[in-house]
Amino acid sequence: MPTLLAPVRSVRPSPVDTAGLVERLRLTLVSAGQFLLFVPAVVLFVLTVVAVPTGGMAVGFVLAAVAVPATELLTGGHRRLAGGLLGVEVPSAYADTTGRGFLGRPLVWLRDPHRWRDVAFLAWSATGGAVLSGLPPLLLLAPLVHLGGLLLDPGLTWALLLAGALVCPLVWWLVTPALLRARAVADRGILGHTRVAALERRVEQVEESRTESLDHSAAEVRRIERDLHDGAQARIAAVGMNVGLAEKLLATDPEAAAALLREVRETTVSALEDLRSVVRGIHPPVLADRGLAGAVEALALALPVPVTLRLDVPEELPAPVESAAYFALAECLANVAKHAAAGRAWVTARQHDGVLRLVVGDDGRGGADPEGSGLRGIARRLGAFDGTLVVDSPPGGPTVVTLEVPCRAEPT
Amino acid sequence: MRVVLGEDQALLRVGLTRILEASGCAVLEAAEDAASLERALARPDADLGLVDVRMPPSYTNEGLLAAIAARRARPSFPVLVLSQYVEPLYARDLLADGAGGVGYLLKDRVAEVDGFVAALRRVAAGGTVLDPEVVAGLVGGAGREHPVTRLTPREREVLTLMAEGRSNAAIAGRLQVSEKAVGKHSSAIFTKLDLPQDTDDNRRVLAVLAWLEGGG
Repeated sequence: MPTLLAPVRSVRPSPVDTAGLVERLRLTLVSAGQFLLFVPAVVLFVLTVVAVPTGGMAVGFVLAAVAVPATELLTGGHRRLAGGLLGVEVPSAYADTTGRGFLGRPLVWLRDPHRWRDVAFLAWSATGGAVLSGLPPLLLLAPLVHLGGLLLDPGLTWALLLAGALVCPLVWWLVTPALLRARAVADRGILGHTRVAALERRVEQVEESRTESLDHSAAEVRRIERDLHDGAQARIAAVGMNVGLAEKLLATDPEAAAALLREVRETTVSALEDLRSVVRGIHPPVLADRGLAGAVEALALALPVPVTLRLDVPEELPAPVESAAYFALAECLANVAKHAAAGRAWVTARQHDGVLRLVVGDDGRGGADPEGSGLRGIARRLGAFDGTLVVDSPPGGPTVVTLEVPCRAEPT
Repeated sequence: MRVVLGEDQALLRVGLTRILEASGCAVLEAAEDAASLERALARPDADLGLVDVRMPPSYTNEGLLAAIAARRARPSFPVLVLSQYVEPLYARDLLADGAGGVGYLLKDRVAEVDGFVAALRRVAAGGTVLDPEVVAGLVGGAGREHPVTRLTPREREVLTLMAEGRSNAAIAGRLQVSEKAVGKHSSAIFTKLDLPQDTDDNRRVLAVLAWLEGGG
């Protein structure tokens, strides 16, 4: 039920209307669910509290083997609820117990702070959490309960209570979103990563992407060196040799000398072509002259497939991002031409909220492999900027590749 | 002179073959990778190996290694190594056996056909020919305290030409001075670098280079 778990839209009081009413009824339903989950929380809390001191006897291990996975299930549900209400992911980070036996796992659990946070959550869920979550359904139901009481037992007490309870729906209208938000934030605080763990994860990611980008650029530099050495340099050396020989033959065999010189002229042309292609591989002149939009236009022109462009990117992208984006698009379009057997392709680019989002699509045969070397190379290159690459390519097409690179447009 | 050629780039292989043939040398074999080059260098009828430093399969310095291996199998077998870059370290490896009959030149030098063929013949005759770049690299790498810094610019020119394996007469022709003046310069060089005087061109070159290599 994805609609049930949409984020809380706003905690500010809003005028009474149908949309607001539906929203609040939804939230109340979620809240009632959260409230009712205090029952298993109490049970599991008791089990856990008993399991720890009885760990010396076999019974503690049995209790733990039941209680801990059940707790994980329960907190997993709460993580999903809190995450859904806040529109974020609330990840878990339990210590790894793979390969540990029935006896080994509880020892890992005992040392795992995240398991202890689960236990703390059980306590919170049965106390403060239950109060927060119980309020919205309670406020909504109070007048109904009192009305029922009045019908069953007509008298002054129920009438007064009912009169008092008439204010409840108003309060319910005003506080429900805020209560839900508060519960979700508190749950995330207990169940989510600690800041340190999040930072550790981040550092790991950064190290990985740094290593990858260093490898990538070292490989690039080697490739450029090879290209120059085997291409332009060799050709120019050959030019020198042939000119030297022609010079030597000029007096004795002018025919042969002229033939050599003709060959030399052709060789200089191909040496220049080599140099041009190396330069294009380093930084395409059109990208230097016209920026990303112009360079992508140039790519599209060279493609045998008609390409529709909708490019809305700022002039001033940071140079490394621009270059990574260009080569990523070049690779994607080359794939379209090579593998897709497409009738048409499209590229859209826009920058929004500090994210440059590029989409390359085609109506070809689909089945593109995101693990292919080309796409993996792009993903690695984008990874250096915390960028992502998502390939959606069902067999039969269409293929859509979405690239996202966070970037703040700042004049560099 | 019968030459074995090792060069992976077709264009240069053809160019070198033409030049050699126009200069009265026979090309016995033109190898395009390290394995066939090693076989070709082992031919007993070869008078000289002319090899490119970089060869397939790994495109690093197989040509150089093949040349050194060939000299190990046939001591003082003349080898001239060509490269797009000159690396003093490679020069040292080539000269390590101290036997002479070694050349190490930039490919650009081939364009000056007569000079290149002369160098080829000097190597075939057991001389040592090193690219001026090697000497510049060795001298340029010397620290401020290095005795090389005591040489006058003219003496450095003489030293560089000496390393190219030229005789006093040839150096005199190059610098347009008398042979006696070259003799004076070279003895000044040997005195400043504290080296034994030697009249044999090749031994002289080796001594100077060994000294430069060792950093004095």
